[in-house]
Amino acid sequence: MNPSDALDMVRESISAVVPDADLASLGPDDAFREALEMDSLDFLSFVEVLAERSGVRIEDEDTSRLTTLSASADFLVARTR
Amino acid sequence: MAEFTMPSLGADMDEGTLLEWLVAPGDVVHKGEPVAVVETAKSTIEVECFETGTMTELLVEPGATVPVGTPLALIGPAKERPPAHRAPKEGKTTKTTKTTKTTETTQATGAAKAPRPPERLPSGPEPGTAAEPTPSAARPPDHVEAGPLVRHLAEHSGVDLETLHGSGPGGRITRTDVERAVAPRSDTAPPRVRATPRARRLAAELGVDLAAVSGTGRDAAVRAADVRRAAPTPAAPAPRPPSADGPTRRPSAERTSVTPPPRDRVKAGRRAIADLMTRANREIPHYYLSTTVDLAAATHWLHEHNRRVPLSERLLPAALLLKAAALAAREVPDLNGFWTDDHFTAAESVHLGMAVSLRGGGLVAPALRHADTLTLTELMGALKDLVSRTRTGRLRGSEVSGATITVTSLGDQGVEAVFGVIHPPQVALVGFGRVVDRPCAVDGLLGVRPTVTATLSADHRATDGAVGARYLTAVSRFLQNPEEL
Repeated sequence: MNPSDALDMVRESISAVVPDADLASLGPDDAFREALEMDSLDFLSFVEVLAERSGVRIEDEDTSRLTTLSASADFLVARTR
Repeated sequence: MAEFTMPSLGADMDEGTLLEWLVAPGDVVHKGEPVAVVETAKSTIEVECFETGTMTELLVEPGATVPVGTPLALIGPAKERPPAHRAPKEGKTTKTTKTTKTTETTQATGAAKAPRPPERLPSGPEPGTAAEPTPSAARPPDHVEAGPLVRHLAEHSGVDLETLHGSGPGGRITRTDVERAVAPRSDTAPPRVRATPRARRLAAELGVDLAAVSGTGRDAAVRAADVRRAAPTPAAPAPRPPSADGPTRRPSAERTSVTPPPRDRVKAGRRAIADLMTRANREIPHYYLSTTVDLAAATHWLHEHNRRVPLSERLLPAALLLKAAALAAREVPDLNGFWTDDHFTAAESVHLGMAVSLRGGGLVAPALRHADTLTLTELMGALKDLVSRTRTGRLRGSEVSGATITVTSLGDQGVEAVFGVIHPPQVALVGFGRVVDRPCAVDGLLGVRPTVTATLSADHRATDGAVGARYLTAVSRFLQNPEEL
């Protein structure tokens, strides 16, 4: 997966969970969980959607890497290489 | 003839707006089945019927705001046909008063058939067939004992509910009955769509046709996330095919026409919380207890569990905390119930209220019903479902007002402890903070362990500190033995 596709997939997955999220104002290095006020259930849904869309198995311990848009995209790129 | 009144959906509710009727006059309704959508200052709620019978007359139009206790509809005995449906020719049926209508329908029932005790209906071996003397073509399909979701499933699967034998309580047709009826006919009927139970439930709620969703699960099974993607937006389900007599649910996009704008809603919600909390602080002499719980065993168990199961069945620490809180409430029943009229009444079940913050502000504490009896996986599923419905406005009356003890968990917000205000008429509120690694003395040595601060706010009128202490000790004990949760 190339970085741009990965970034799109992360954004879409967030939108699926937080439909009214203002992604335009979210910087690539902003901690989106705090910025979008996602609680642990929202975050788990995000992980579920992201895993299903990308086909990447995301373990509990991987989730600590999914903090920003760019970090999440990097994670997908690395796992699909 | 019983009156279906505007219910009090929580101590903070004085009035409600009827948004929508989910049933029409003539529909048979069952205890526990949602019949109307009501909006309060805080949320939109599906209100369940409190008894089984026939909706004879709807007294309040959608859009009207009425005080709690106002009659909304009249419910007649179960097998009664409303005059409008059974005898349109008799003329004097529409503009009668309550009393004459009662007499008239009683007579009508008597004329059609020898009097039947009303309880005959649910207990009859073949509900829906034996009780009807002359099945006529014009008979509305609603007399079959089945809930709206089951009806919807049947509609989708092309199953005629009339042909089924209900295996549920009172001969009610259950989801399993419908699914069983679909299975043998799979060569003629459209093939049953592979889907996870959660996806099915979600699809029914959002009005998504499972057959039209492409599944990403194993063997192309449709998963909840697929359904969510297929739904236009979580708040606006696709319109369902209109059915002639059956309860029709309008998509919420239409409903919003009578919904106050979000800004007012937030303001009204704030006001409702203000009133309730002011009352709680004025009337309830709170006492507060706190303890630090070692979560090493629970965290370890959770990681092991999550490694083994598919993503959709992963548990969050919240599920363990809630289950422990529910089991402890069962063990210390003096904290699980209501303080009304100067005395405490213990509740028979544990319905765990769960404070859910709304996007855009506000707070609702719907109940995880029978939380103490759910497995962790079930509880996790119920938690996801309840939170998502709280935020999209599809809670049921029994969930909004039924909590017997409430849990608030502010761990996601980063705080370590929360001392809450009790929701009257409940007598206790349990708080969990963030799970943090703390230095602890373990077996005489210093160790670093994941811990959580559990707190209890309790009503001193109902219990004393010793009871509260027993409760927190029980919570801690349950969390030390996660495999028993």
